[in-house]
Amino acid sequence: MSNANGTMNLTLKVWRQKNAQTAGKFVTYKAENISPDMSFLEMLDVVNESLILAKDEPIHFDHDCREGICGMCSLYINGRPHGPKRAITTCQLHMRSFSDGETITIEPWRAAAFPVVKDLATDRSAFDRIQQAGGYISVNTGGVPDANEIPIPKVIADEAFNSATCIQCGACVAACKNASAMLFTSAKITQLGLLPQGQPERYRRAQSMVAQMDAEGFGSCTNTGACEAECPKEITLTNIARMNSDFFTAKFFKEEEVHEVNHG
Amino acid sequence: MILDAKIPQGPLAEKWSKHKFNLKLVNPANKRKYNVIVVGTGLAGASAAASLAELGYNVTAFCFQDSPRRAHSIAAQGGINAAKNYRNDGDSVYRLFYDTIKGGDYRAREGNVYRLAEVSVNIIDQCVAQGVPFAREYGGLLDNRSFGGAQVSRTFYARGQTGQQLLLGAFSALNRQIHEGKVKMYTRTEMLDVVVVDGKAQGIVTRNLKTGAIETHAAHAVLLCTGGYSNVFYLSTNAIGSNVTAAWRAHKRGAYFANPCYTQIHPTCIPVTGTHQSKLTLMSESLRNDGRVWAPKTKEVAEKLRKGEIKIENVKEEDRDYFLERKYPSFGNLVPRDVASRNAKEMVDEGRGVGGSGIAVFLDFRDAIERLGEETVKAKYGNLFDMYYQITDENPYKQPMRIYPAVHYTMGGLWVDYNLSTNIPGLYALGEANFSDHGANRLGASALMQGLADGYFVIPYTLGDYLATIGPKPVDKNHPAFEQTKKDVEAYVAKLLALKGNKTVVEYHRELGHIMWEYCGMARSEEGLIKARGLIQALKDDFWKNAIVMGENEEINASLERAGRVADFIELGALMVEDALNRRESCGGHFRVESQTEEGEALRHDDEFAYVAAWEYKGDNQPEELHKEELVYENVKLTQRSYK
Repeated sequence: MSNANGTMNLTLKVWRQKNAQTAGKFVTYKAENISPDMSFLEMLDVVNESLILAKDEPIHFDHDCREGICGMCSLYINGRPHGPKRAITTCQLHMRSFSDGETITIEPWRAAAFPVVKDLATDRSAFDRIQQAGGYISVNTGGVPDANEIPIPKVIADEAFNSATCIQCGACVAACKNASAMLFTSAKITQLGLLPQGQPERYRRAQSMVAQMDAEGFGSCTNTGACEAECPKEITLTNIARMNSDFFTAKFFKEEEVHEVNHG
Repeated sequence: MILDAKIPQGPLAEKWSKHKFNLKLVNPANKRKYNVIVVGTGLAGASAAASLAELGYNVTAFCFQDSPRRAHSIAAQGGINAAKNYRNDGDSVYRLFYDTIKGGDYRAREGNVYRLAEVSVNIIDQCVAQGVPFAREYGGLLDNRSFGGAQVSRTFYARGQTGQQLLLGAFSALNRQIHEGKVKMYTRTEMLDVVVVDGKAQGIVTRNLKTGAIETHAAHAVLLCTGGYSNVFYLSTNAIGSNVTAAWRAHKRGAYFANPCYTQIHPTCIPVTGTHQSKLTLMSESLRNDGRVWAPKTKEVAEKLRKGEIKIENVKEEDRDYFLERKYPSFGNLVPRDVASRNAKEMVDEGRGVGGSGIAVFLDFRDAIERLGEETVKAKYGNLFDMYYQITDENPYKQPMRIYPAVHYTMGGLWVDYNLSTNIPGLYALGEANFSDHGANRLGASALMQGLADGYFVIPYTLGDYLATIGPKPVDKNHPAFEQTKKDVEAYVAKLLALKGNKTVVEYHRELGHIMWEYCGMARSEEGLIKARGLIQALKDDFWKNAIVMGENEEINASLERAGRVADFIELGALMVEDALNRRESCGGHFRVESQTEEGEALRHDDEFAYVAAWEYKGDNQPEELHKEELVYENVKLTQRSYK
């Protein structure tokens, strides 16, 4: 909702922090003459331009594609990851979702496993390491069968796809009171675990990725469902159930037998 | 200097297989003695890094984002072409080759394009084996759809996010090699220079974006997989961080830059709304399978629409001009991108544009929804419709989308030979960073194909030949060239940080974008280009006097990063203008107003311009030297393109 001039004047309370070693604090800024058609990040661009002209240090935040797919942008806006609207990222959030005169609080993701890099940017490399631990199908380039030699029922392919839409932004962790990474990890495990190509390593994968997730210091899941509610790609809790199932199934077998289970 | 593209002799269909046999091999035990640097982790970079590591080479990979998965390939929507002929509709390797050569307006190499078509079929197999969830039919087999410039359905897709799914496939292969210890991955690290020792590329200089540390890395070969330079236009569909810096710094070290003026203006993007806008969003070409492009038949109707005096749904059928269907009955809405873009511009220039600004045409799904039902349309394009709604606050199920062309891709790039080697031995360019396969216009769904072809199936063969030739002797990192290049980079960074003027770097970028869009965009004239030359020079001079760069080197400094990238874009912009001036013909994405047919279509001059223009850097503010690689067509007859 804009004012009579068709623009908005806002107050921003922004978390400023030099780096992970330094304590941070909120600093208040004015954002004036903001168009409701601007994206949230474009509003921050405007604020930063004015800070630079005043020779003040601009607010640092992560962003890149600005169309909701790269997963680089984050921001905890008024207490919610990616702001007030469902199923979008911060870069897709537009100022028409706010009102003239409103105060907006902007924080980084808060989780021990995501240390602050600077201001609103955090280090999410723990997610990369979880995937390095086993988030793949072990095939080399070349020497694979023709694509249509592996028929996959459409329902299975679609279900795997729903999990594959995860953009690795970390909103699930930020939303969780325990800072758990179960939704993220389970989406990766589920995508590959549902597909026939993923069967040979299915149980080993679940074990090694969960082990890495724990090693990174993420919290436990207590089935609150905040992750599902805030996920910009609407990844569901069903993924966590599937991951738990694969994880516990693997526990019934000795490590060398895990591989065999798939064919049983 | 004569540019040798090293295209193998012999019949087109045998060139690549014969060449592969003739290339030298590195024996398995020796592979681990070689180090290879890969810069960029998009489709080309991630696939190359993973494939080379699987072979046994030691790979060091770099990306400026916080994770390799964020490279801008992730944002590709529509699909990837492959000559599988799963539809039994007459597709073949030769047809994909032919469509690509023709779509590129006969300005690409036959040998390269045929190889691309040939390996396209392997790419789909590879991706499926990795678990990429392509769209499927109820029988469990892969689905296809159609894209512009083709009359067969050869495009494989993954909802509206094919790029993300393909990149996640390549990223997973990369992760596996990181886990195996064969790839060392540096994130939030930007390449700022190439180290050239005795004429060979032997390393790079990087800046750690978290700490500011400027470091050197040595290797037997350097692969630049750093994407395109659409952001020279400020507004484009590229990610904010996409930049030309790695390629441009390599150019300044001697690598030729080829066909810089060939840029692709994608016809279906969401129109600009205001000066605050930081980027443009594409609406996938796949929408033209079912959406119909139209503009009001007369200026009068268009004006009433713009003023809100009539509603879109009340515009009578006879007042709508489905201009692509009318002018190009055999390809209709699926003409190639350059043709669709130019026609949309024509409508706007005639005063028949729509939307508040009048700078847009319609892409209408009314008939598709009537024919297929809303549910089917939603299943096919749901996420694109949602994206449109988020940005515009208009519901495309109820009213047509407003679209207008935007810069999307750059066909130009570093000059490479058939082996993907630049003219500097040991320096390679893959994917959008090179110029090689799309000629003057790229067909839809071919960028993903090229990136993965280069990374999975070309470089693993061609690089081995070079490495076998130079031998596994370790690279001497104590060579003075490393220290000198590092010092050069440090001096350049210091020079940027000393800029404490009164105008932000973003403002310079925006101004550059205006100049490029106005004079080197969809239509170019000699007069306009000469004007642009002066404007860019003035902008450059002003930048180095009055720009503000904040902060210091030893910290995260987005202001410094952006300043370096914009400075490079300004220099590149100047070269694009020179290239556009030199090419006094229209071809594909390059439309010179002085060179058109009576019907206003692009008119090529094959006798004069059937060559690749490769530019050599000669020093700051010096004119660059043009080298020509003549294009030889042995299989395809050059004709005026017709999509009628």
